[in-house]
Parts: sequence; C-alpha cells; structure tokens
Amino acid sequence: MMSAIPRRRIPATRRFWAVALAIGAVALYIAFAGQWTLPHNNDAPFFERLNDFRAWIDANRNSNPILVVLIVGVRTAMGALFTGYLGILQVLTWPGLTVIAGGLGLLVGGRRLGGLLLSGFLSFGVLGLWDRSIETLAMTFAAVTISLLIGIPVGIQAGRSVRFYSAIRPILDVMQIMPTYAYLAPFALIFLIGPTTGAIVTLIYAIPPAVRITALGIRGVAPATVEAATSLGATRRQLLAKVQLPMARRTIVLGINQTIMMALSMVVITALVDTPGLGKNLIKAIQISNVGVAFDAGLAIVIMAIMLDRLTTRASERVDPARAGGAEGPSRQLRLAVLVASVAAVLVGTFVIDGGQFPTTIGFSFREPINAAVSWVSLNLYFATEWAKNAATYGLINPIQYTLTNAPWWLVGGVISALAVVVGGIRPALITALCLLGILGIQLWEHSMQTLTLVLVATLLTLVIGLVLGILSARSDVFSAILRPVLDAAQTMPAFVYLLPAVALFGATRFSGIVAAIIFAVPPVIRLVEIGIRTVPATVREAGVSAGATASQLLRKVELPLALPALLVATNQGIILVLSMVVVGGLIGAGGLGYDVVAGFVRRDFFGEGLAAAFAIVLLGIMLDRITQSAGSTRARDPSASAGDDTATAPAAG
Amino acid sequence: MQTAQTDRSTGVEPTIAVRGLWKIFGPAETKISGSPLLELSNSEFRLQTGSTIAVRDVSFDVRAGEVFVVMGLSGSGKSTLVRCLTRLIEPSLGQVLLDGEDIRAADQERLRELRRRRFSMVFQNFGLLPHRRVIDNVAFGLEIRGDARGPRLARAREMCELVGLGTYMDSFPEQLSGGQQQRVGLARALAGDPEVMFFDEPFSALDPLIRRDMQNEVIRLHHEVGKTMVFITHDLAEALKLGDHIVIMRDGRIVQAGSPEELVGAPADDYVADFVQDVAKANILTLRWIMRPALPDDELDGPEFPPTTIIRDALSVAAQTEKPIRVVEGDQLLGVVDRRQILGAITGPDGIPE
Repeated sequence: MMSAIPRRRIPATRRFWAVALAIGAVALYIAFAGQWTLPHNNDAPFFERLNDFRAWIDANRNSNPILVVLIVGVRTAMGALFTGYLGILQVLTWPGLTVIAGGLGLLVGGRRLGGLLLSGFLSFGVLGLWDRSIETLAMTFAAVTISLLIGIPVGIQAGRSVRFYSAIRPILDVMQIMPTYAYLAPFALIFLIGPTTGAIVTLIYAIPPAVRITALGIRGVAPATVEAATSLGATRRQLLAKVQLPMARRTIVLGINQTIMMALSMVVITALVDTPGLGKNLIKAIQISNVGVAFDAGLAIVIMAIMLDRLTTRASERVDPARAGGAEGPSRQLRLAVLVASVAAVLVGTFVIDGGQFPTTIGFSFREPINAAVSWVSLNLYFATEWAKNAATYGLINPIQYTLTNAPWWLVGGVISALAVVVGGIRPALITALCLLGILGIQLWEHSMQTLTLVLVATLLTLVIGLVLGILSARSDVFSAILRPVLDAAQTMPAFVYLLPAVALFGATRFSGIVAAIIFAVPPVIRLVEIGIRTVPATVREAGVSAGATASQLLRKVELPLALPALLVATNQGIILVLSMVVVGGLIGAGGLGYDVVAGFVRRDFFGEGLAAAFAIVLLGIMLDRITQSAGSTRARDPSASAGDDTATAPAAG
Repeated sequence: MQTAQTDRSTGVEPTIAVRGLWKIFGPAETKISGSPLLELSNSEFRLQTGSTIAVRDVSFDVRAGEVFVVMGLSGSGKSTLVRCLTRLIEPSLGQVLLDGEDIRAADQERLRELRRRRFSMVFQNFGLLPHRRVIDNVAFGLEIRGDARGPRLARAREMCELVGLGTYMDSFPEQLSGGQQQRVGLARALAGDPEVMFFDEPFSALDPLIRRDMQNEVIRLHHEVGKTMVFITHDLAEALKLGDHIVIMRDGRIVQAGSPEELVGAPADDYVADFVQDVAKANILTLRWIMRPALPDDELDGPEFPPTTIIRDALSVAAQTEKPIRVVEGDQLLGVVDRRQILGAITGPDGIPE
C-alpha cells in the first residue's frame, strides 16, 4: 500500500501530469490530425460475422435442441403468464377492474389512495387507452412475478451469505449499468422481435433491484435480534421465517415497489421490439412526430406509475414491523363492503353493460391542445430555439466531434486512458483501455466517437443546469418545494417520451437527442447537488461565515468542496443516464451508435452493425461509469484533494 | 492487608466450569493451539499475527444458584466471554462445562437443545421482535422449541405477570419504555425455565433510575426463582450490588475474582484498586476487614457484633458509645473496632491520618 506521504502529494503531481498530458495531446494532434482515423464502414467484417451468426440462429432456431428448449421454454412461460394476467384483467371488465383497484387503494391506503386508483383507472378509459393500459399492466405483472420469484430468493441468500453476495454483485452491476436499450438487440436475435424478448429484457432490468433490496432488508435486521433468537435456539430456517423475513418485510415490499417501477419503465421501452401496450402508442407518435398522441400515452404511463408507486409504498408502510402496534387495519365491514362492491361491479360489467369496451362517448384527449401549444411555441419562439440549437451545435457538438473523429485513434484512446489514470488510477485506466480496444475491435470507432461527443456535451449541459438548479433549491426552501413535484413527474416518465418535446422544438437533430437526454438526466443531478449542499454541517458553514466569507465565497470555498462527493456521484449518475438517453436519440436520427441500433432492428442487412453498436454502447457505458466512479472514490479516500486547491501546494511545508 | 480468596471448592460440582478459555479473532485463530505465540502480550500478538486476543486463558466456576458477575470496561472481553459460554461466538481454545458436559463438543442439534432448555440470555439492546406483541415475544423461545400454543401462551402470561408486565401483554415493543422492553427480555429469558441465565449488560441502555429498579427486579427474581445467573456489566456499583461472586476482566484476562467485600477490601492490583477506590466501603466491607487486635487498655465491655456484620449496620450502635466495638465469633474475641477504623472505612484510606 502507498504510505500517507506520497498520497498527500498526489494533487500537485496530478496537476503536473494533467498539464503535460494536455500539451502533449495538442502537439500530437497538430502533427497527426487527419491521419490514422477510422472512418465508418457499413460493411465491416465484424458486422458480417454477426450477420452470419444471425443466419445460423435463424436456420437452427427450430432444430437445435438447446435453442428449442430455451426459446420454447421461455416463450411458453412468459407467454402463458402474460396472457393469463391479460385474460384476468379483461374478464374483470372495466367497471370491475376500476372498482377493485379503488377498493384495494381504500383498504391499503385509505380514502385518498382509493380515490387516486379509482380515478386513475377511469382516466385510462377516458383517454381512450383502456386496452393499451391493460396490456401494459399485464406485461408488467408478468415480468414482476418472475422477477420476484427469482429476485427474492436470490436476495435472501445474498442477505444471509456475504460470500454469495460479493459473488453475484458484479453481475448485478453490469445488468444495471448497461443502457436498457442496448439489451434489446441481442435478445431480439435469439427470441425474435416480440413480447417474449420484451419480457426477458424487462426481467434483466427488474431483477437486480429485487435482489439488492431484499438482501439489504435481510442484512438490515438488527444483529441484536438475530443473536437473541439464536440464543433461544432458533434453527436457521426458524430464524429466517420468524425473525429475518418479518423484520425485513417493509424493505422487501419497497424492493417490490422498485421492481415494479423498473419493470413498468422497461415494458414501455420494449415496445420497440413489438411488446404490446402503451409504449406502442409512443413509438407510433414518434414515427409520425405527433406530440399530442404521445402526450396521452405518456400521461397514462405516468398515472399508472404513480398509482403503482403509491400503492406499494403505502403497503410497505403498513407492513413496517416497527409500526406493528400503531397500524390499524381496515375494519371487517370495510373489507366486506369493498368485496361486495367489486363483485357487483364485475357483474355489472359482464351482464348489464359491455364492460370489455370502455364507452367511447366518454372521452378526452390532450392531442389537440398540446399540438396547438407545440405549434405556437415552434412558431413564436423559433428564434430562441434556433439560437440555442445553433449555439450548441456549432459551439460545442461540431468542434468536439470533429476533433474526436479527426484525431488519430491511438491519440484519442491514449488521452482518454491517460485521463482515467489521472482521475482514478491504474485500474480504471486499464478497464478504459480495454473498453476502447473493444470498440476498436467492433469496428465502430467513428460512430462511437460521435456518440461520445453527444454524451460529453449533454453531460456538460446537464451538470451546468443541475448545478445551478441544485444550488438554488439548496438555498431556497420555496424553490425546492416547487421543483420537487416537477422532478418527481420527470423521473416517472418513460425516457423516450422526452424525445417528443425535443423534436417539436428543435426538429429531428442531434441537438434534440441531447435536449431529451438533459431532461432525462437533470432531475437526479439536481437532487444530488441539493442534498450535497444541504448536508454540509452547519458548524462548518458557521465557521465560514464567522471568518467573514461572502455568500459566493461560502459557496465556492466551503459548500461546494464539502459537497464534492455528492457532486461526483451526480456526475456519474448524469453521465450514465445521458448515455442511455443519447442512445434512444437514435430513434429520431440523432446519429452515432443509437441510430445503428435502430437501423439494426429495422433492416435485416444492418443487423450485424446494430448488434455491434449495442456492444459498443455497453463498452462506452462501462468505461464512463468506471472513470467517474473511480474519481469519486479516489477523492473520497484522499481528504487533501477534496479540500480544494489552496491545500494542494501546502503539504511541502507539513 | 490480608489477601482474601474464599475457598470456593465446596465439593459440589459447579454449574458452569470454564477451563483455559481463549478467544482469538483473526486468521491466527485456527492454528494457534499450543503455539508459543500465546505467550506474547496482546499488542505483540496482534503485531505478529494480525489477530486479536479477546479472551485470554480464562478459568472460573459458577456455582448453582449464585449471581456471578463479570465486570470490566469496554474492550475487556467480557461480552465476548459470555458469548463464548453459549457459543454465540465460538471459543478458540479451552473448555466450557455445563454440569460436566462440554458445550464445545456439542453438535448443532445438541447446542440448540441446550439453548432452548438449559440456558437463556438477556441482551443490552433487548433484541425484541418489533412485529410481535409482548406476549408473543415472551413466548418466542417456547414457540421455536415446539411447545403447543395453549401451554406456551399460559406460560408466557405467567412470566409477564412475574416481571410486572401483566397489563402490557398485548402491546407491541415500541409502545413500551426501555425499562419495560427489558422486562420483556427478562420474561422471555425466564419463560423457557432455564437452569442458567446470562445477562449481557442488560441495563446499560437504561437511565439510572430505571436501572436501579431493574437491578432490584433481578434481585427479587433471583430470590423467587433461584436461577444461576451470569451477569456482565461495566458498572462496579451494579456488580457489587448484584454479585455473589465477581470477576474483574482487563485485556481479555481475569485480574481478580472474589466476593464483593474481597474486591473492595483487598484489590489484587492497582487496576482493581483504582476501580474500587470510590466505593462506599462501609456499605460493602464487614467488621472483619477493619478490626484490630484488642490492646491492653481497651475497654472491653462495649457492644459486640459478629465479624460478618457490614460496617454500615454497626454505625448507629457505634455512634452511641465511647467504647470500641467488640468483634466476637462464638465465644472468641477476634478483635475490636473503634471510631478511627469506622471513620477510616467511610472516608477512605487517606481520610484520617494515622
């Protein structure tokens, strides 16, 4: 291990190396610009090999026993589950389902929640989206069922065995880092376009939170209680059944909540591979570039997300073991009343009216007003949107992209790896270099550089906006209170809804992809910045004030440096979210890897390129995640670095 | 000063006998048996092996029906020690005999059986189940050992009454105060009718007044149910108040073992002396500890007391007479105590110039 003395010197040497790196890079760029570039080639041999692989899968899907078992097995299980849930939801009819939902809300969370669920389900019908909503719900339930069947037992095991947990942790990490969108292609290859692929991809996304949170809950059970039970002679099984599970149940229900939210957001995205549900309306809206259509579907998704979220959150509070004494369950009469009302509603829906079809006479759509508003904005604020777009495009995107694609590949790779060394040390630099070599091997260098450009620009803007709004909310409780519901709503929306306003305002351009990415990534950044600044200890702030610091000095010299760990986490979060969104930007022709993936879905001859692009996205994601994360951890370990520049030169004296 | 070590070998087999018990945390634990490394001091041992000695060659006997107190500051190894006795922590070396049966040799099945029926434990942080009512918490041990619902609830009810929780049986733990929660812990430990009860600093988390109540409760329960109790504490006053026999631990080893008056009257080393320095000796020591031989010019017609009288109990008589108190055992005059000795015991060794 390094002793304390050389580590203290890191900031000074780090700065030296950064400067040397910058000078060297500029010199090499001037000398070699335009040489050793890797222009994009649609017929790269690697793509051909993937195309051959697909041909092999296509030829053997029905004859190779392993493929048959895998595909048929998974398809049957998922298909049966989905059609089962869908069938139940349909049989209940719309009046029945609405009343049941309202009653459930009433029993779990009282009148307000009951009202929310009742009106929520009604709104699906009113928006004319009943069938689509039910499909999305059934799909979500199917995915959640399997996710929990797998995730909770694995999570329990992970909670009880440290060794098991550390063994599966890297797998969970990779499952979560990968931009959701990048999973789709490989699975579509094996399971074909269709709901099965959608379900599997959803599982991959929804299982990790189930595992993690269950494990957290089991490990969080007070050791004193576990010890007490052990001292009374409990077996491992008794310990689990009578102590750990009951005491962890609140956390486990929160895990179910997270799993549902993840599954819902993914189910919507998987409309790209033809999964039924509300997502399809979104895809259609994007294809015809109609904001109003998307708004209705997006609204339905948000309503569904809010309902499921509130319901499971309330449920988790109800099962909280610490509140066991205080929580009054619903009375018998109320339960009975809900039951009777539900049965009656189902009967009415089945025999009295046609409950399979929501009456079209009751209908409302935001399509017209929203579209009107959008055209007003694009007409009257044209100068502003155009200015913003041009400023970003000519000021940031084009120069960066030109530099990255025009520089020799080894220079770009070398500089990024060297940056990783400076920021995080040897290990992240090695991972970075490996990822870059992988991208090289996949033969998608130029498109990867384009995507990297978009990610860099979007992250930069996200951080600037997030920092400003985060500081404002940390300073003003009123501002924070106003912003909070907006952020909540923004985070529940499925990511690619944001493409629509972006397209409406800025046209189908790279900049629109960036705008959508910023809308998507900025809420968590604002939150983290606010938390970081708000948690600066009051005593430290007082010390600064009593030393005569101005408000801006306080911010720059006290609050931001102390909030640095939170800011670095914000950067990491921002960059990962931006990446996943920039890729979605491919849908509106934002170029780079995202477009390749989309093309791979649509055109058979582009399949290999699309799949390769999906791999490249994963590699970029791992690379950016590791670099930003290692920056966070080295900073955290090195207190003199987080204390700011003033101390960086001081250690020589000490 | 006389070194007093009461002879504890009564001929009766001790309930718990601990012989040469060690606990080492760290990689060295498995390969240490008989190694010369065990001779090293704690800090050198850690330096050479990277492992920590928590309990070091501890031996003692706990006799049936007594309250046996292990006292020490935090880090002295006392909590580890008590967990080694029930194998909540596996000891590294040595023997723990419960009525002659080596607990370390028990397999998991047997160990569970012992925990379910032979001993129980009360914890500092209570360790209650928040999702169960008080009565279900008390019945928990009976439930996991498979007692039928009827009898176990009846027994739990009885225990709740015994510890004064009769009106709280249907409450949930978080609705109770800290002291009441620990009463639940007590009732739970009593419910299985164990032979030995272990207390791991049970009252440290309580505030002083409640703590005193709970100490009295333990004394009362000890009189009523007569269990053997092993009581861990860092509080000397608590140790002196409850203990029939006290061992003082430091750095994993026992520095002194004896009755409360032996510890106070004859501390084995400076560490113990430091500890007992502020104790009100008159409340602990008996006349035996302060008497002096009778001198020729003593007036030997003063009041007389047996040597086992606690000084405090002789105070009022001593205050009413000018004559020295005679300490008499049977017909024999053992010595006398005059005011100088009594005041000395009250004010401490530096109080009165010789």
